[in-house]
Amino acid sequence: MSDKDPKDEELSSRQGIVLTPEQVRGRRARNIAIGLGVTFLAVLFYAVTIVRLGGAVANRSI
Amino acid sequence: MSDASYFDESTTPKLPVAAPLDFIALLKPRVMSLVVFTALAGFLLAPTLPHPLIVFASLFAIAVGAGASGALNMWYDADIDTVMRRTRLRPIPAGRIDADAALAFGVVLSILSVFTLGFVSNWLAAALLAFTIFFYVVIYTMWLKRLTPLNIVIGGAAGALPPIVGYSAATGDVSMASLMLFAIIFIWTPPHFWSLAILKMDEYGSVSLPMLPNVSGLRRTRLEILIYCLILAPIGAGPWLLGFASWLYGVTAVGLGLGLLYLAGQLFFAQDNATIGQAARRMFAFSILYLFTLFLMLTIERVLSFMGLF
Repeated sequence: MSDKDPKDEELSSRQGIVLTPEQVRGRRARNIAIGLGVTFLAVLFYAVTIVRLGGAVANRSI
Repeated sequence: MSDASYFDESTTPKLPVAAPLDFIALLKPRVMSLVVFTALAGFLLAPTLPHPLIVFASLFAIAVGAGASGALNMWYDADIDTVMRRTRLRPIPAGRIDADAALAFGVVLSILSVFTLGFVSNWLAAALLAFTIFFYVVIYTMWLKRLTPLNIVIGGAAGALPPIVGYSAATGDVSMASLMLFAIIFIWTPPHFWSLAILKMDEYGSVSLPMLPNVSGLRRTRLEILIYCLILAPIGAGPWLLGFASWLYGVTAVGLGLGLLYLAGQLFFAQDNATIGQAARRMFAFSILYLFTLFLMLTIERVLSFMGLF
């Protein structure tokens, strides 16, 4: 079994970019807001499409 | 040899901490609500209204467009907002939102709002909304605001367009009635903002904004306010004179117009700085009441009319 290269050990022990708790909270809140916003838009467009098509949209000959 | 610069703290990107409420603050919610209110008044001028969902979706798109304009205004004016006491707590000068993020946010919302309005109502309304955003951001914010004391006279057209946008969203057309509402807000804007400019003369001077009091002095500004109020008073009664508002609205508009003229006269004839400041404060507050009351009456009358009660 070969020993690990000391430089690889040093690199693997570092954590890279670490977010502060405030940054994590901010990112989570923004992601939730974006998700809710996109969902709202999707529902809005769907509902407006139904309204613009009109009530008899399903009545058609096949 | 390894390159550990990726893990070097000095090259680590500065990640945002902004919360959703900070982005909402970028939109200038108070201005948004005023835009929605005036756009609704324009909407209600239509002889018949579309489906309530279409009305809601149209007003939502108009609101987002107004918010986008606000965000782009805050992006561009971040440098002077940092200096002025009135604005230094805004998200960008306070460091909560990066200027680039505000720019991207404003641009995305602008495009989204215009295309949403085009989809839910019609493309004339969408084009008018796009023009409103362009006028406010490019013509007023980026060009006129720092160039001329006529900034608020010409740039005020952006704030006056929502009733026309609302009416066109409902009908696909522009009418004399919606143009009348445009005229009321357009003539109202200079005396309203010049009253504020008198109160904030030092702040505007500190960032070299060419507001009328700073450029032409207090006496000229008070004269201009009086002249604009003399023009506004009869225009405010215009909806009644044109026949799309009741006599009750007409009486209210005339009464409020006389009140406006009284306060403008008080401001013009004030002698010392303390009295001028008090008169300007009263003028500013009353101008808000003036516009709000007129548009509220128009809105209530039209709603009651659609319900068959008026």
